[in-house]
Amino acid sequence: MASERYLIRGAAPCGGETADLLLADGRIADIGPGLSAAGATVIDADGLIALPGLVDLHTHLREPGYEQSETVLTGSRAAAAGGFTAVFAMANTSPVQDTAGVVEQVLALGERAGYATVQPIGAVTVGLAGTHLAELGAMAASRARVRVFSDDGNCVADPLLMRRALEYVKAFDGVVAQHAQEPRLTVGAQMNEGALSAELGLAGWPAVAEESIIARDVLLAEHVGSRLHVCHVSTAGSVDVIRWAKARGINVTAEVTPHHLLLTEDLIAGYDARYKVNPPLRSAEDVQALRAGLADGTIDIIATDHAPHPVEAKECEWPAAANGMVGLESALSVAHAAVVETGLLDWADIARVLSATPARIGRISGQGEGLSQGAPAELTLYDPSVRRVFDRSDLAGLGTNSPYLSMTLPGRVEATFHHGYATVLHGAVQDAAAIEQAAREAIHG
Amino acid sequence: MARTVLNQADITRALTRISHEILESNRGSENLMILGIPTRGAVLARRIAAMIGSIEGQAADVPVGALDITMYRDDLSRTRTRTPAPTHVPGSIDGATVVLVDDVLYSGRTIRAALDALNDYGRPRTVRLAVLVDRGHRELPIRADFVGKNLPSSTAERINVHLAETDGDEFVSIEGGAA
Amino acid sequence: MRHLLSTRTLGRDEAILLLDVAEDMADVATREVKKLPTLRGKTVVNLFFEDSTRTRISFEAAAKRLSADVINFSAKGSSVSKGESLKDTAQTLAAIGADGVVIRHPASGAPQVLADSGWIDAGIINAGDGTHEHPTQALLDAFTIRRRLHGTASRGKDLAGVRVTIVGDVLHSRVARSNVWLLSTLGAEVSLIAPPTLVPADTSAWPARVGFDLDEAVDEGPDVMMMLRIQAERMQDSFFPNSREYARTWGLDDTRFARLRPGTMVMHPGPMNRGLEISSAAADSAQSTVLEQVTNGVSVRMAALYLLLSGDREES
Repeated sequence: MASERYLIRGAAPCGGETADLLLADGRIADIGPGLSAAGATVIDADGLIALPGLVDLHTHLREPGYEQSETVLTGSRAAAAGGFTAVFAMANTSPVQDTAGVVEQVLALGERAGYATVQPIGAVTVGLAGTHLAELGAMAASRARVRVFSDDGNCVADPLLMRRALEYVKAFDGVVAQHAQEPRLTVGAQMNEGALSAELGLAGWPAVAEESIIARDVLLAEHVGSRLHVCHVSTAGSVDVIRWAKARGINVTAEVTPHHLLLTEDLIAGYDARYKVNPPLRSAEDVQALRAGLADGTIDIIATDHAPHPVEAKECEWPAAANGMVGLESALSVAHAAVVETGLLDWADIARVLSATPARIGRISGQGEGLSQGAPAELTLYDPSVRRVFDRSDLAGLGTNSPYLSMTLPGRVEATFHHGYATVLHGAVQDAAAIEQAAREAIHG
Repeated sequence: MARTVLNQADITRALTRISHEILESNRGSENLMILGIPTRGAVLARRIAAMIGSIEGQAADVPVGALDITMYRDDLSRTRTRTPAPTHVPGSIDGATVVLVDDVLYSGRTIRAALDALNDYGRPRTVRLAVLVDRGHRELPIRADFVGKNLPSSTAERINVHLAETDGDEFVSIEGGAA
Repeated sequence: MRHLLSTRTLGRDEAILLLDVAEDMADVATREVKKLPTLRGKTVVNLFFEDSTRTRISFEAAAKRLSADVINFSAKGSSVSKGESLKDTAQTLAAIGADGVVIRHPASGAPQVLADSGWIDAGIINAGDGTHEHPTQALLDAFTIRRRLHGTASRGKDLAGVRVTIVGDVLHSRVARSNVWLLSTLGAEVSLIAPPTLVPADTSAWPARVGFDLDEAVDEGPDVMMMLRIQAERMQDSFFPNSREYARTWGLDDTRFARLRPGTMVMHPGPMNRGLEISSAAADSAQSTVLEQVTNGVSVRMAALYLLLSGDREES
């Protein structure tokens, strides 16, 4: 059975001139005005923007080990709902993704679910414990072809271990993605350290705890000539340090989360644990600096840090609550509100920071190749004209810990195509069994 | 439309009469203590005490105070939170003849609360009740010993008592009800 | 008043009302029968996730003087998991029919979470949450200051122009936070004196002056000198070198006490570390209000319970 063909009529690729796109055999078969194709399913994309399938370099899928929070299936379903066609799955599972066996298991779970490419990230240290290097080479050589290594959730705080990791991954063009948080400066930390933490009596998470690690790491990367990626940059000072490092020619890339681009610490005043995240929400000045850093290229990409938790992990007193927010489903709308509506980025920039560059940093193939003839049929259709109150029905994963619930956000993902088949159509995530079937056909032809 | 039933002179006359009746029933001012229920009962109590003082002469300085009953009300969970007024009991009430003073006697619940409150301060020999207006509609077996004016009213009507000390002007009026 | 969670959000009129009602409650203690029937049939739960016998018995006395039924629930050390315990406990108390919950919790914001949760409809009084606030302590401190200054003529008065110096571990002190907000709302001028390590990194939003020199503060002749309890274990975390240096630099010792104006009140929320943050001579002097604070605590807590639990909860 030949796979379904789609003719997308009148979409605006990356917000430019409208064109039709013909998807066939997992590729963008043709792109241009006035296409026709007999037997293709026609999708009226009038007023919709076509973007290359989004790539998230920072997702927590929780499986194996924390299936009550999220699974590879539910997390990749959330990704599809948000317009993503590839996610990098963070290593803090149980067991930790620190061996070839575990990363191959996660890869296989993703392939079977079929909603998006699930690319495992490998742990830097055994058990994320920060003491011994994990089997980086074995993970790189495994079927999962791991290129991004991170202890995310924990900082690789030991400077010697960080140096070794940066050096070691050069052997297979890997990158260490650092969760920059000086542990001694953040013992018991609950929120951004500042006037509000003083008032609320919550232990502060000072900006310097992030900035000092980034400063150290860029200098280490320079010294050993390695590639460094900085996860979830959250402070104005961090942007300055990275800007300095790039000007110096250091091979560093950086990400910012949607929530750090839109939300500020003021939301914490009522101790609602939905706003508890690590690194914490910062000040309005930090948000402005992060937006500016993204606009001038200091920050390379937006990555969600999608972190699902069960309800009880958030329905409790603040210090007892888990860190993290779900972000895949809302990422594009939040980026739209934070940097597009404010005029800092256009849709071509969005394609760069949410697709092409994260795919390149993560050295993943078949993703982030743009909307050209012959490119893989990885794309999403986005309606930028609607405004809606974001609610539970917009969440497609298991986690409901979204800070945007009951907020009004612009835009909506109308369709997502992965390997040429639709994972989202007419705004609805497609049925899991049908997607599993489509994925099997796409792989085995 | 409010209708004035007592003017300032009427009020003064009524209080003068009440003062005389108190002295008569107590056979003088000995052992007497006048306690008004805030807000306007406390004002009336001070006036009555002063009148008794002037009737009896310098020697009879009648102790006068205020007894707030907010904490003893039986409707605390039925209305919005009430702000209590200060209580001032001038000395021991043990063995005294206490005259409670209020502006309007209606259901009797305020006086019930006042009797409970009084109980927590000691054991008076006798408790009497003086009111400026008795409008009827008692819900408890309570009656006044000294009444300025009996004013039969409907429950739909409203009795307004204004006194110079609290309101600037002085009158008792009745308003509302079935026309 | 629906809940009493902080003094940060307490307005001047509301605060004065509370202090005035506390005056009425204080008068009750002078009567033959020291009890009011006001909260008969109401149930107050003292929900303590942290040990504090002093605060608990103060609330217990206050509730009992208002004729409420009191249930003491000590949740500390119970095996329920951290996250679920607050919700489960709250729902249990709701099922029991608690009208008021007095909560002491090591987590900042826990009373607020309880009040906003919908798990329980009761009025919530914050009896100290983490390093956030301890509103009834600040109210009793304000009450004590006002009574010392104005005696029986206290009703209706604020603390305009009163100069209060708070000394010690401001960083970890909920008492300091509640006092900063309340005393300044009432018109007092508040100064904080502490080692720089024990002041929050950013106090720019606080209506208070921050300084590091206790001797200078003493010589300014404040109306009130409030000493905070310093926990000796802070020196393990290098907030200061050792207790000797702390006492020498930031303690109200005999010499500094002698230099205070005779009218300066010396306050301490208790329990005191004699010889560390305060000398015995200062603590036991006529200027010390330590025992008045304890007495007044009951009156202030009666006022808070009355204002929260009387009245129709739907309408308030």
